Amino acid sequence: MSVHASWYLTLAALLFTIGAVGLLVRRNVLVMFMCIELMLNAANLTFVTFARALNDIGGQVAVFFVLVVAAAEVVVGLGIIVAIFRRKVGATADDAHLLKG
Amino acid sequence: MSAPAVLAAATIPDAVTFALAAVICVVGALGVVLMRNPVHSALALVMTLFGVAVLFVEQDAQFLAAVQVIVYTGAIVVLFLFVIMLLGVDRRERVLADTFRGQRVVALVLGLMVLAEVVLLARTRWTTGAHAVAGPLDGPGSNVAKLGRSIFTTYLIPFEVTSALLVVAVVGAVVLARRPGLGEPSGEAPDEASGAFPVAPGAGAPGAGAPGSGAADAAGAGTAERTAGAGAGAGAEVTR
Repeated sequence: MSVHASWYLTLAALLFTIGAVGLLVRRNVLVMFMCIELMLNAANLTFVTFARALNDIGGQVAVFFVLVVAAAEVVVGLGIIVAIFRRKVGATADDAHLLKG
Repeated sequence: MSAPAVLAAATIPDAVTFALAAVICVVGALGVVLMRNPVHSALALVMTLFGVAVLFVEQDAQFLAAVQVIVYTGAIVVLFLFVIMLLGVDRRERVLADTFRGQRVVALVLGLMVLAEVVLLARTRWTTGAHAVAGPLDGPGSNVAKLGRSIFTTYLIPFEVTSALLVVAVVGAVVLARRPGLGEPSGEAPDEASGAFPVAPGAGAPGAGAPGSGAADAAGAGTAERTAGAGAGAGAEVTR
């Protein structure tokens, strides 16, 4: 018998919070992206925990799909970052204000 | 439920595994946020992902743990490191400097609010009592077999849609990575000079990440010195 599910959920909440605060605090675009990955992993942990708690394989299937979407998101996001850096050397998130009037 | 009752339900190895993996996860996550160098952040992210993989194994998700290690730490973090090295974003960022006044305080307050809400939800009732539609987790057969059967029967259409998503992502990445004006030979040269491999002192040389900005500045200064020396040598050649 493993640890009760509420402990896993609390840990996932903590990871999600750290990722969210990091996304708000950091200005380096790549680190912000890593914080998004952190939040996705917290959600994955929640899915797996509920799969065990409710005895349902569907939670693990959801994690499978989240992994695929995360991979696609990283590919496109890093492509955008490379495209931005090609125009502005050493840009942070604050420098990407091309749409600002 | 009280904490001792919850802990008593778990065996000692399980509790120890959970505690160790949780510490690894939280330390890695804090490292991602607090490290100044993006390379160090990526390595801290690897630590967190490994901890999450351990927790997956602990909860009978063996296939997902393997995929987590292979896809996340093997592909995604390596992709991050490639981009960091390619762009030379090893310039250190002042983490503690505010862009807006009070930005960090507001971020912390918002984060604590999120934490309080999610913990509150996690500690109270969170099940509807509805029955499983995708099949039970326990029972005969391996984890991979059950997961595969569920994906290829119940979730077949989402799985196929996933392939379309991957194709779109690949095409989008190729379109984004294309240089604008590749077909015209006139636009190629200045783009090549200014874009891909900047030699500005602030940006640093690709791969000079670990020692930080000092080394990057030294590398830039070295390049400048070398060019200056070459220029002086050429000048001497001309005068002679």
